[in-house]
Amino acid sequence: MAEMQYLVSVIFDETSGFATPEEMTAIDEFNDGLRADGSWVFAGGLAAPDTATVIDNRGAGEAIVTDGPFVETKEHVAGFWIIEAPDLDVALKLAAEGSRACNRKVEVRPFL
Amino acid sequence: MVASLTRRFGDLDVAEDAAAEAFAVAVERWPSDGVPPNPGGWLTTTANRKAIDRIRRESKRDDKQRAAQMLRDGDAPVQGAVDDDRLRLIFTCCHPALAMESRVALTLRMVGGLTVPEIARAFLVQESATGQRITRAKAKVKATGIPYRVPSEEDLPARVSGVLAVLYLVFNEGYLATGPDSDPLRPHLTAEAIRLARLVRTLLPEDGEVAGLLALMLLTEARRPARVSTSGELIPLDTQDRAAWDPALIAEGHRLVRERLATGQAPGRYQILAAINAVHTSARDARDTDWSQVVALYDQLVRLDRSPVVALNRAVAVAELDGPEVALAAVDPLGQALAGYHAFHATRAELLRRLGRTAGSREAYDQAIALAGNTAETAYLSRRRDELG
Repeated sequence: MAEMQYLVSVIFDETSGFATPEEMTAIDEFNDGLRADGSWVFAGGLAAPDTATVIDNRGAGEAIVTDGPFVETKEHVAGFWIIEAPDLDVALKLAAEGSRACNRKVEVRPFL
Repeated sequence: MVASLTRRFGDLDVAEDAAAEAFAVAVERWPSDGVPPNPGGWLTTTANRKAIDRIRRESKRDDKQRAAQMLRDGDAPVQGAVDDDRLRLIFTCCHPALAMESRVALTLRMVGGLTVPEIARAFLVQESATGQRITRAKAKVKATGIPYRVPSEEDLPARVSGVLAVLYLVFNEGYLATGPDSDPLRPHLTAEAIRLARLVRTLLPEDGEVAGLLALMLLTEARRPARVSTSGELIPLDTQDRAAWDPALIAEGHRLVRERLATGQAPGRYQILAAINAVHTSARDARDTDWSQVVALYDQLVRLDRSPVVALNRAVAVAELDGPEVALAAVDPLGQALAGYHAFHATRAELLRRLGRTAGSREAYDQAIALAGNTAETAYLSRRRDELG
């Protein structure tokens, strides 16, 4: 079966703070593991939602630029992995390791 | 058949539609052409062709080659492949990434073969909602790549327990319907749950909890003929006509419990619950019940499962062994956790009645009646309350 790709979003909630040095080390180790077994596609951390800018260029005139995230929520995506896995079971297992490493909830969604 | 089609074509929709089409052709042709010598084989072959037709219709050139490949693969069925297919299908339908309601609906549809209207009726939801739930669940299976296979050894215990939870939920809805709008006992659902549990047992004969759940279901189902009076009232265990219990189901349940005991392995919760039910069904008269054995088994269960519901059931047994006062002292602290659970109030009402605390008992019966949805149970509780005088 062809490999599938999954977006693993790291969810920042009320209980989260900035990543601690221990968490950063654990994340690095987890990333090394992903690369070693061929599951790695991409990963990155995101700046806080209040740094976001929304652009809407669907209209006839100039693009409308808005300061701030498109939706205000208590929880937001703080970073993500894109991983490759043969099926959801493998993806969930990797996501569970990722959640442990970064000490946050994660959400797994398949790419189309 | 759906299971083996799913294995070959890797798609729940294709498998289900192909099976349905094959049956439709059979219904149309067999009355005039006569039933073929091997009806099962005929249906499988026809369904396979239908599935390949559909894949060809829907896909481009690459996929046509895949279809041709699958047709070749299907020529030599492996021994035991049918069972393996059904087992894989059960694990797919009971995958933890699906909501519990979806697992139940999908399992009853794909493994149990129930129709959408049947499932909708079973859980008192709209047909359209059930249909949508199943469609959405199948779409999630496909889009997220929920695998169609038996989980790895390390994941197996957790995944089997997920499957058993689905079957137990179906069984319990049949054992004591939760809503006021259905019959109090729903033997179709208990029968379906037992049928599926037997299937899982055939597929995983070494699994103690599978045997335990099947035994628990059999020993519970055995009492069904004695559980509701002619006037539609639930009859509690101690006043049931034990001669009406089904001896064949009891014998089979006891055999399974003995088989598990003989392994010497530590039992899980279903095995302990089955053992408790084996003690009850061994007593010819309620007065002969070995309550110390029942309490000892509950003690064992409490160590595995600290839920307040288990503590409540243990207290019911304690009442028989050590009296209502000791039991009430164990029940009262559960009030916060079980305030919305009718059985908590019914248990308190019964204990208070035995202690002669009539006013408290009446109040507890009132609360239990307000929370109970099952018509036979409401009728029973109402009579008990009215008998307080």
